[in-house]
Amino acid sequence: MKLPLSWLSDYTDISGVTPKEYDAKLTMSGSKVEEVYYLGEEIENVVVGRINEMTRHPNSDHMWICQIDVGDEVTQICTGAWNVHVGDLIPVAKHKSALPGGVKITKGKLRGEVSNGMLCSLKELQLDEHNAPYAVIKPAAILNDYVCLKDQKPSLPDELTAGYKIYGKVLCAKVLSVKTVGYSQYDLTVDFGAGETAVSTDCSNIHEGDFIAVDTAKLTVCTPDDLHAQQAEFPHCITDGIYILNEDCKPGDDICKVMGLDEYVADFEITSNRADCFSVIGLARETAATFDRPFAVKEPVVKGIGGDINEHMSVEVIDTDLCPRYTARLVKNIKIEPSPAWLRARLHACGVRPINNIVDITNYVMLEYGQPMHAFDYSCLSDGKIVVRRARNGESIQTLDGVDHDLTDKMLAICDNDKPVAVAGVMGGANSEIVDSTKTVVFESACFHGATVRVTAKALGMRTEASGRFEKGLDPSLTMPAVQRACELVELLGAGEVVDGVIDACAADLTPKTLPFEPDKMNDLLGLDLSADEQKAYLERLAFRVEDGKVVIPSFRVDIARMCDLAEEVARMYGYDKIPTTLYAGEMVQGEYTPKQMAEQAVSATCRSAGFDEAMSHSFISPKFYDMIGWAEDDPRRISTTILNPLGEDFSIMRTTVLPSMLQSLAHNHAHRNPTASLFELGMIYTPVVRDGKTDASVLPHEQKVLTLGTYGRLSFFQFKGVIEAICRELNVKDVQFVADQNNPSYHPGRCANILIGGEQVGVFGTVHPTVAARYGLSGEVLAAELPMDALFDAIDPVKLYHALPKFPASTRDIAVLVDDAVPAASMQVAIEQAAGSILESVKLFDVYKGKGIPEGKKSVAYSLSMRAADRTLTDDECDKAMKNALVALEKDFDAVLRG
Amino acid sequence: MKEKLQGILQAAKDQLAAAADARALDEARVKFLGKKGELTALLKGMKDVAAEERPAVGQLINDVRAEIETIIDKQKEVIEQAALAHKLKSETLDVTLPGEELVVGKKHPLNIVLDELKEIFIGLGFSIAEGPEVELDHYNFEALNIPKDHPARDTQDTFYISDNVVLRTQTSGMQVRVMEQKKPPIRIIAPGRVYRSDAVDATHSPLFHQIEGLVVDKGIRMSDLKGILELFAKKLYGEDTVVRFRPHHFPFTEPSAEMDIQCYRCHGAGCPLCKGEGWIEILGCGMVHPKVLETSGIDPEEYSGYAFGIGLERTVMGRFKIDDIRLFYENDVRFLEQF
Repeated sequence: MKLPLSWLSDYTDISGVTPKEYDAKLTMSGSKVEEVYYLGEEIENVVVGRINEMTRHPNSDHMWICQIDVGDEVTQICTGAWNVHVGDLIPVAKHKSALPGGVKITKGKLRGEVSNGMLCSLKELQLDEHNAPYAVIKPAAILNDYVCLKDQKPSLPDELTAGYKIYGKVLCAKVLSVKTVGYSQYDLTVDFGAGETAVSTDCSNIHEGDFIAVDTAKLTVCTPDDLHAQQAEFPHCITDGIYILNEDCKPGDDICKVMGLDEYVADFEITSNRADCFSVIGLARETAATFDRPFAVKEPVVKGIGGDINEHMSVEVIDTDLCPRYTARLVKNIKIEPSPAWLRARLHACGVRPINNIVDITNYVMLEYGQPMHAFDYSCLSDGKIVVRRARNGESIQTLDGVDHDLTDKMLAICDNDKPVAVAGVMGGANSEIVDSTKTVVFESACFHGATVRVTAKALGMRTEASGRFEKGLDPSLTMPAVQRACELVELLGAGEVVDGVIDACAADLTPKTLPFEPDKMNDLLGLDLSADEQKAYLERLAFRVEDGKVVIPSFRVDIARMCDLAEEVARMYGYDKIPTTLYAGEMVQGEYTPKQMAEQAVSATCRSAGFDEAMSHSFISPKFYDMIGWAEDDPRRISTTILNPLGEDFSIMRTTVLPSMLQSLAHNHAHRNPTASLFELGMIYTPVVRDGKTDASVLPHEQKVLTLGTYGRLSFFQFKGVIEAICRELNVKDVQFVADQNNPSYHPGRCANILIGGEQVGVFGTVHPTVAARYGLSGEVLAAELPMDALFDAIDPVKLYHALPKFPASTRDIAVLVDDAVPAASMQVAIEQAAGSILESVKLFDVYKGKGIPEGKKSVAYSLSMRAADRTLTDDECDKAMKNALVALEKDFDAVLRG
Repeated sequence: MKEKLQGILQAAKDQLAAAADARALDEARVKFLGKKGELTALLKGMKDVAAEERPAVGQLINDVRAEIETIIDKQKEVIEQAALAHKLKSETLDVTLPGEELVVGKKHPLNIVLDELKEIFIGLGFSIAEGPEVELDHYNFEALNIPKDHPARDTQDTFYISDNVVLRTQTSGMQVRVMEQKKPPIRIIAPGRVYRSDAVDATHSPLFHQIEGLVVDKGIRMSDLKGILELFAKKLYGEDTVVRFRPHHFPFTEPSAEMDIQCYRCHGAGCPLCKGEGWIEILGCGMVHPKVLETSGIDPEEYSGYAFGIGLERTVMGRFKIDDIRLFYENDVRFLEQF
């Protein structure tokens, strides 16, 4: 909400408050000011000038040298604009002046002639025809400006002569004199070659000596359009030109003051609970309360011209639940014209475009009171009836913006006897629009149900200034003063005549709400110790009344419902910053991490110590990601929680695996030529509840964290496996097995193992399938692992007991055997462990060899066995026996042959 | 005899001084003190010395022997020192050569700060609660006093899974979940991912992180809220941090506030970092709305509480001066390894 600070003076007094102070104080009292800016910020040293004299530039066929009265002097400025005349008031950017967009103007010479500044167009002041609706430039076709286009026959002779027949009754005329008779009104004397003729025109680019085209039948001056000419044929006869002022001003006046740009505007961020602050009056009330200054709103006074509205029209509200109040007044003999400068300036400062007096009045009242209004053309209402009802399915309306909408019975419509004429609270219909010929207007000032307006506006895809206000929930008491104010303004502007009587269909309960006044409770909640009187005073500043132990809530404070709401009012008036800071002692509570959180920290620490950086990736992915990692079309893991309104396919489903995100991150690093990358993520996956082979979207998916690792360029397969083993060791997870899996489509069939804990499969790791890696643009060996945190956590053995350090030495023996290549080393190890007996302390694989000296299809596997007894030094015999048992087991189970 | 001894001593001194290594030293020792050495020879010649002179001569010989031994020891040390010095010299390295890289991974910058935050609140008696990211509309909105078609929903563009299931737009729903499960006293923070339908650019991400805080007990006051958050701000941003509390609106707290810290770059004067305001918004907070307490099964007449919500990305970006939020989710190791 943009608030021109000068507007505040209609209701309160902020004299002596600097814009910066205003910003700071209002922000701290609860109305957040985004910024305070000066409208004329970029304009400097631009004043009103009057053209005293104009002569043609000796070195240019389209420029003028003007002598201009700028108040304190008469100065010479050259201009290329043709729409100026002696006597015109124009904006002059003087020597050393500044214009919006960082434009600096200094004096200089234009084609040899001194020019001490520049005459400005509206655009150069960053304004447009809405700021000065009268300043529309209509150019005549100046025949001496004519240029014959390439490859065309000339339409005019080289030498123009007065009386030359252009076509039909359109003749060439030489301008003998030009007299300005009103704003953009000129009386010309012209010569058709046979004496002088008087012609009137509103074309502003005609000067003495010009040749123009005159329709002798109508005695009008022709524009390029009238001659069916292209713009390029009359390059200087354009609608752009110097802004000729039609304001109450004199030479030397600061243009910012004249154009209403001498104004500070505060831009507020209004929270959704304070619909009342979406208005100048609401913000003025907050301002007055903040600075503790007086505040008053004048009650609008409408004179009226007699008659009775009820004789002309009626209002019937059928759905009072959606329209608790509908207030209307009638205005006749409407004269549609631009609004006066002060009103246009206020609208402009608030960021609203001035249109015409009637539309401007409805917007002005909306800004001032926060009550959206609508104006209907009375003649378009059949039977002079307004019916407020739910739309019927099948009904449709074309709104003011020219778009057709189908309505439904969820929407509230303003109708006449037979058709909708407006979508309540959203936008009016084209069928009852105010046009230049409108004679009688119905002003609507109504209160609509917020949620309905919101749903309707959303469904029709048109959020308007009005709907944005209604949806926050408006005060039904507002409709009457707002419609009165609109009628007051009609009379003030002379825009029409207000018919006596107001139609007020009110089903709303207007009795003020009250709450008990509980100063002690408020102190308790805030941690303050304010007296009841102090609290009362703060509340009264904000228009609450405190009487008989009750707080009477002003009607516009629809957000106040409980003690805590009142407490906030007191607190913000007292000042949040003055509330002390205390540390609640209360019952001692021990802050702590849960065991699961601690396990996650341990996992993270281990991964990092193994050289893996922590990654974070998006939880939503594209369904195509499942194709990327090779999952079959019918893989049940593809069934995912789906977002109904995703940002795009790439963000459309909640992942059921972190692997594709991990590969994408590795690919990003690879693509950016990082020679290695090792990443881990404790990332969430979302497994939906499946019903009939589909996601059941009405229940929450199961969310679980999966430890996912990925690496390229640094670790070998077994080094990577060592990281996984280290994580398990660090967590004290035992009984971890790795079983080859040739069927996981994401992984290399010969380099993939399922991870089993306690015999149960929980995770997987291995070399990413080269085809999968290639889809990500990854080459070389890429390793990945996926391990759900819950499974890891459940397997943690929390008991860690000390084992006495050995007192007797260990004996170490090695054994090397030949076995079939396919025999898994892990199984051999298990066989050794079982056969060697209780003295076996540990078995370590130390060599696997294939190649020279080893038969095809075989491999040599060597283990080192460490044996020890807790109570004695082992004898050679004991060790030999254990070694023999181990060998026998290997021979029996795997056809192993001892190597010499 | 005396002269002879002096001669031997002098010769030994000269030869020992010239001995440059252990071998030369040993040769000299054998020559003078060995079984066939010169002093031994003299001792053998004692029988020719007059008996009354023998003690004196014997003493003299022993003195010379002792002196030579001392010289040998000294020279031995000199030689060893020289050898050590030589060895050390030969082992000299260019210590400015780079170390061999020991790869240690880094914590994600978001988690670096999040962990700091957790530690601060754990120290203040808080525990850490976790809850679902795919959340019921009830917890994300309805129970937080944001009914369907409430304009407050506008500020949080929501991803929908179905009519009643959303991707949570805020961690505030955790307030209700925690209060439903646990009776006061409650002191928790609930960090986690939240989702909003914002197109990706340098300052917007459709997913980001929040840390919710909730304290419910008897007699909790707004001054307690100010106290704990000021303490938190000082721990995170430094002891000299200046904070301010500004009235604001959240449907699920009343009174509500936003906490700003004075800009740490310009100290309130206004600069590009704080967009000229002099203050940087850090978090939203307030006293838990009685309706939210009621919905969660806690009697607002008996208990009160406060809640706050911190945006993690913004905090981390400010801390490390990161200017593009997308970097957090690209996982480029050149980025991750900077922290």
